[in-house]
Amino acid sequence: MAAVTPDQLHDHHHGPTGLMRWITTTNHKDIGTMYLIFAFVMFLSGGVLALTIRAELFQPGLQIVQPEFFNQLTTMHGLVMIFGAIMPAFVGFANWQIPLMIGASDMAFARMNNWSFWLLPPAAILLIGSFFVPGGATAAGWTMYAPLSVQMGIGQDMAIFAVHIMGVSSIMGAINIVVTVLNMRAPGMKLMKMPLFCWAWLITAYLLIAVMPVLAGAVTMVLTDRHFGTSFFNAAGGGDPVMYQHIFWFFGHPEVYIMILPAFGIISHIIPTFARKPLFGYASMVYALAAIAILSFSVWAHHMFTTGMPAVGQLFFMYATMLIAVPTGVKVFNWTATMWRGSMSFEPPMLWAVGFILVFTIGGFTGLIVAVAPIDIQVQDTYYVVAHFHYVLVAGSLFALFGGAYYWLPKWTGHMPDERLGKIHFWCSMVFFNIAFFPMHFLGLAGMPRRIPDYALQFADFNMLATIGAFGFGLSQLIFIVVAVKCVRGGAKASARAWEGADGLEWTVPSPAPYHTFEEAPVVR
Amino acid sequence: MPLPSARPAAALSVQSMLPALVVPWLAACDGPQSILDPAGPAARGVTLLWWPMLIVATVVLVGVTAAWIVAMLRRPRDFSPEEAKRISRRWVVSGGILLPAASIVLLLGFGVPVGDRMLPRRGEAPLRIDVTARQWQWDVAYPGDGVVLVDELHLPAGRAVHIHVTSADVIHSFWVPRLGPKIDAVPGRTNVLRLQADEAGSLRGQCSEFCGTGHAHMVLKVHVHTEAGFSAWLTERAAAAHVGGKDPAGATPGGALPAPAAPGAARNPPRLVSGVAFLP
Ligand code: HEM
Ligand SMILES: [Cu+2]
Ligand SMILES: [Cu+2]
Repeated sequence: MAAVTPDQLHDHHHGPTGLMRWITTTNHKDIGTMYLIFAFVMFLSGGVLALTIRAELFQPGLQIVQPEFFNQLTTMHGLVMIFGAIMPAFVGFANWQIPLMIGASDMAFARMNNWSFWLLPPAAILLIGSFFVPGGATAAGWTMYAPLSVQMGIGQDMAIFAVHIMGVSSIMGAINIVVTVLNMRAPGMKLMKMPLFCWAWLITAYLLIAVMPVLAGAVTMVLTDRHFGTSFFNAAGGGDPVMYQHIFWFFGHPEVYIMILPAFGIISHIIPTFARKPLFGYASMVYALAAIAILSFSVWAHHMFTTGMPAVGQLFFMYATMLIAVPTGVKVFNWTATMWRGSMSFEPPMLWAVGFILVFTIGGFTGLIVAVAPIDIQVQDTYYVVAHFHYVLVAGSLFALFGGAYYWLPKWTGHMPDERLGKIHFWCSMVFFNIAFFPMHFLGLAGMPRRIPDYALQFADFNMLATIGAFGFGLSQLIFIVVAVKCVRGGAKASARAWEGADGLEWTVPSPAPYHTFEEAPVVR
Repeated sequence: MPLPSARPAAALSVQSMLPALVVPWLAACDGPQSILDPAGPAARGVTLLWWPMLIVATVVLVGVTAAWIVAMLRRPRDFSPEEAKRISRRWVVSGGILLPAASIVLLLGFGVPVGDRMLPRRGEAPLRIDVTARQWQWDVAYPGDGVVLVDELHLPAGRAVHIHVTSADVIHSFWVPRLGPKIDAVPGRTNVLRLQADEAGSLRGQCSEFCGTGHAHMVLKVHVHTEAGFSAWLTERAAAAHVGGKDPAGATPGGALPAPAAPGAARNPPRLVSGVAFLP
């Protein structure tokens, strides 16, 4: 894709400075930065919760926290990581990169963009603040299954409102992305020429618009069951608790793809850059993304095989779930084909990308196995499932986020990230991640249920190992703070095309990207 | 079709050989709650699916990883665009489409018969046991004999047992891993799980749907008796006319059944669920 001169004249911003600048900003780069910082802070907070959980699980018995608090920790860990860390982080990437990649001067609705971000801190305060109210945070699990969630204290209401607010923020962000991508592409950039990250986000945005209201509906029903005497999920009043699960997972399964499709997008940029070859099979990549998104609406009940589902239902959801492996396979092999006989180099972004492919594939296989209903009915709600979704979410989404951060940091800061530290960060994360999570497969097979603060003696060894790995993983993430701060402060100057093999409009503007870019749209041929 | 009541030969060989072949770590998955150490036909059916799947998945993963490494290590060469396209397309079609498609067909080929094997024989007269889960205990009742236990389940070996599972408050899940699949205890519903134990002994069950503070300690002791031993135990218990241990809420000592979990309970008739098998 060739581009013409970007507009570099206005490399300064007008309007308020200091704190007010950040509160009032409508600039996509400022907002992107705020999203990324917010997400990282939430990632660290969620990490502290996780390490407390792992510390308690280091040995059998109750040592550090009581069961009530332990359950609050697992619940809040899930909510904070999903709604506070992973999702906002991808929106941060979207804010920074989509306008730069399609040659737009900003997001379509710049003020709404500001509002979508600034909804998040209050939601986070509600969520984290709920630890300090009477009864503490909600302890119903991140899935908030009724009727358990109906029993919780005020912390549950705070979590529900936080989810509402974050949902509104996500929907506004998604609308913004859809309109930006559809309407603001540089002249000549046809949809099928658009960078894959934009495609991935376009499809993700549609998923968000489709399912966030469903989640809002589910939690609102819990709210009215709690306070207004309704009986949506109350069997005694004629309701059905299983209904909650249907509604929740109709959101929940597409949600997992909301957290992985943008990651696929990021990986699809990193691999070609460091293989110095164009991405193989562009069109099939787009179709695969769309196929995954569409299929993701028809598999929700694979989370519910144990609720007493008719055999026909089990067979349907089993088939449908397995079908998703086909488009996912297409993506993985397109990346492989891109690497095939490329002139590869392994700077930190590429390490994260290759690591992603390997470990994400392990998660895909454990997913495929658990999609077989008879097997799922054994391992459902055990540590096997915990292992599965951490392989796809941590080693999938999070690794891709780190890869993307190392990849675009030069564009954001104007300096190359420290290569040695970046590699150390990657290798520590990779090794400790596997020490922490691989043994969980064995724990699940040995019959250890998830969400328990105490366990029988036979689970002790693998739990100890998992805790050691988890602390190693957590501490390794501090390296990234050092890298990011160093990179903002100084370091080797990055050229406009920071990486030799990089391609795309964002690499035609100087590094760091000026405050205003593409005020005059580039022409793409 | 007949149910495998004794260990089928195929199962035996798979059971005994595979753990030795595969990562020795997996052998560490033994223990009172191990899915991989089945003590009944339903659980055994699952392991018969699990081992081949694990092996295929591992082989494919190793193969694919090897292919990636080869792809990455081979020196760059200039191809004509057509040549490059052809070679790459081969990758994508074989690895991206054929491989997953073949795996899926294989999986279903294995999975459906195993699920099928768990189907109960029509006309068998299974022992019925009612289990009501509540925060945080299991009430186990033997209807007809007026025996109600807490956190304790007694079964005869070698005979099908239908466990009628419901809940008095939130969702729990009844699970004795070595006997077979779990089933959720849902307020307002009664799910029926069909289990059978191979031989007398002790097993351990544990609630496996998160149900609040006491979830981790919601353990079920399972005692499998011989057929004769079970009859003797049941007669003795029925005669004793009162319940040992803590009184289950809602159960009158001497044996009336616990009150139905919730008024909604009658709305949904009991359904039998075992593996992927389901009978009205
Ligand atoms: C080949 C692709 C995949 C398949 C076949 C698959 C299959 C499954 C199945 C069957 C379950 C239910 C397990 C149970 O609760 O018993 C599950 C759970 C889960 N999966 Fe996946 N999955 C896949 C990919 C992903 C991806 C890409 C993500 C996220 C990035 C993901 C995240 C999750 C999460 C978070 C849960 C657990 C939710 C909970 O119970 O709290 N999965 N998956
Ligand atoms: Cu799912
Ligand atoms: Cu429980």
